[in-house]
Amino acid sequence: MIRIEEVTKRYPDGTVAVDRLCLEIPDRAITVLVGPSGCGKTTTLRMINRMVEPSEGAIYLDGADIRRRPVTALRRSMGYVIQNAGLFQHRTILDNIATVPRMLGWGKRRARERAAELMERVGLDASLAGRYPYQLSGGQQQRVGVARALAADPPVLLMDEPFSAVDPVVRKGLQDELLRIQDELGKTIVFVTHDIDEAIKLGTRVAVLRTGGRLAQFAPPAELLSDPADSFVEDFLGADRGIRRLSFFPSDGLELTTDPVVRAGATAERTGGFGAPYLLVTDAQGRPLGWSRPQDLAAGGADPGRLLPYGRPFVPGTDSLRAALDCAVLSPTGWAVAVDSGGRVTGVVSQQTIGEAIRGAHAGERAAGEVAR
Amino acid sequence: MNVLGFVSDFFGDSAHWHGYDGIPHRLLEHVQYSLLALALAAAIGLPVGLVTGHTGRGGNALALLATAARALPSFGLLVLMAVLLGIGLVPVMIPLVVLAVPPILVTTYEAVRSVDPSPVDAARGMGMRETRILFQVEMPVALPLILSGLRSAAVQIVSTATIAAYVSLGGLGRYIVDGLYQRDYEKVVGGATLVAVLALVTLAVFWAVGRLVVSPGVRRH
Ligand SMILES: Nc1ncnc2c1ncn2[C@@H]1O[C@H](COP(=O)(O)OP(=O)(O)OP(=O)(O)O)[C@@H](O)[C@H]1O
Ligand SMILES: [Mg+2]
Repeated sequence: MIRIEEVTKRYPDGTVAVDRLCLEIPDRAITVLVGPSGCGKTTTLRMINRMVEPSEGAIYLDGADIRRRPVTALRRSMGYVIQNAGLFQHRTILDNIATVPRMLGWGKRRARERAAELMERVGLDASLAGRYPYQLSGGQQQRVGVARALAADPPVLLMDEPFSAVDPVVRKGLQDELLRIQDELGKTIVFVTHDIDEAIKLGTRVAVLRTGGRLAQFAPPAELLSDPADSFVEDFLGADRGIRRLSFFPSDGLELTTDPVVRAGATAERTGGFGAPYLLVTDAQGRPLGWSRPQDLAAGGADPGRLLPYGRPFVPGTDSLRAALDCAVLSPTGWAVAVDSGGRVTGVVSQQTIGEAIRGAHAGERAAGEVAR
Repeated sequence: MNVLGFVSDFFGDSAHWHGYDGIPHRLLEHVQYSLLALALAAAIGLPVGLVTGHTGRGGNALALLATAARALPSFGLLVLMAVLLGIGLVPVMIPLVVLAVPPILVTTYEAVRSVDPSPVDAARGMGMRETRILFQVEMPVALPLILSGLRSAAVQIVSTATIAAYVSLGGLGRYIVDGLYQRDYEKVVGGATLVAVLALVTLAVFWAVGRLVVSPGVRRH
């Protein structure tokens, strides 16, 4: 565990970047530091590997003051990933990743074998091994940065806005990859970001810092969304806090109906008489094709060109209530389509039903909270 | 008689290819003076430039010193040194080294300074020691610029080393100084041509060295 105790950092010009910060960073979890620009996130992170020395207070790693260890040994036990990856442009990708093992005295062959292993782990194609950093995309470079930090298998990983310089699609891929790697490796990760969505997605616990370097709240993301400590945290979470919270509620409790679901080419009786304004047409395997009005179906069968799009379906159990609601809101019929992992329709659900489930989930949580109290 | 005529007569005369005053011997002397001066200048300029560039301290003092050194006329310095120290290699080396240190020093300093700070930060964060950061992170990236400083120093040395002849030393300057004294313009032009060719060869050598020692990951710039 990393314990930050009453730490203050005053820079020589008088700026107080961090003010009496106390934080207990749990092992084998992702702790996110988030806050507006200039609130002292980077300073806090860099005090953990002593790139910055605190003016007051102390930081403990597994109970021992970090100042009691030689600074290079301390840093070698902590992987460090920065915003623009900071790759060595004169070295190949493989040799970039092998840097710390080489520094620790590993032989060249063994260090390179290890580097190749890590390339696979972070999702880099082996054919990139001999390339130089300028021949990689920003997202690939960032993966190399993560691989390099993991190369000597340090227990701690410090990451300073590692994904903020890439586009949203690539960023999502990198975030998913980090979560997957964390599942496998179980590192103690301290992750700095100014993006609250990223914090909520990645964090086991999230520390919200306010300008002036003071801690506003330190809590798991769901708690942050349900019980922001004050108006600063509430503002920082943004206006759609309620919707975002739905990410933490599962969608498997939703009551699905298969009544308005019909196969293409079904007989006329099968397509009428449910009173539903729209029917969902599927192919022979049960995959969704689109929505149609019953009378159109009865008249001309399922002409794929005339079907209404069904939007993006959700997978009950895997996706959250938020995803289900999103599907329903985006669907032209107001109904969300649920599919199994194979993409076959398991049923549909109306906005109204989802709304009831949301109210139910909130009520359930309030009750649980009262029991806990 | 035009210049080309001088050149072809000079190089066509087989007497110029043999003996103590022959082209091979004078060329060798010239290359020796130049290499010695370049080595001395690099021995001063490179370490100081690398260290100040890495720490970022002393840059202003360096720039001031370099400007002052550039203002010194090489020929004047040579005469002064010859008067003070007598005839010999030392009074020749001093003006050549004074000439060559500023470009090496200033470009090396700038080269290391201008290295992207984020790999340096990453290296420090992973526990790399400062000397290793300088030699394994900053220098490989700064190398093309450092070489360009050495190259311009080398070219200046090669052309200025002709002044050695004024204090009775050898080198290609002999042809120029003696030719002027003897009003043998064929010799003057021949000597000047050799100096120019040697300067071009120097450029070629630096180009080849650059291809060899600069990483392909850095060279694309
Ligand atoms: N070396 C320094 N000298 C003086 N002040 C500094 C120094 N480094 C940072 N600061 C100041 O300390 C405060 C916190 O800086 P820090 O870099 O920790 O913020 P941050 O939360 O990481 O911001 P950002 O999201 O913009 O990266 C800022 O006001 C900054 O200007
Ligand atoms: Mg920062």
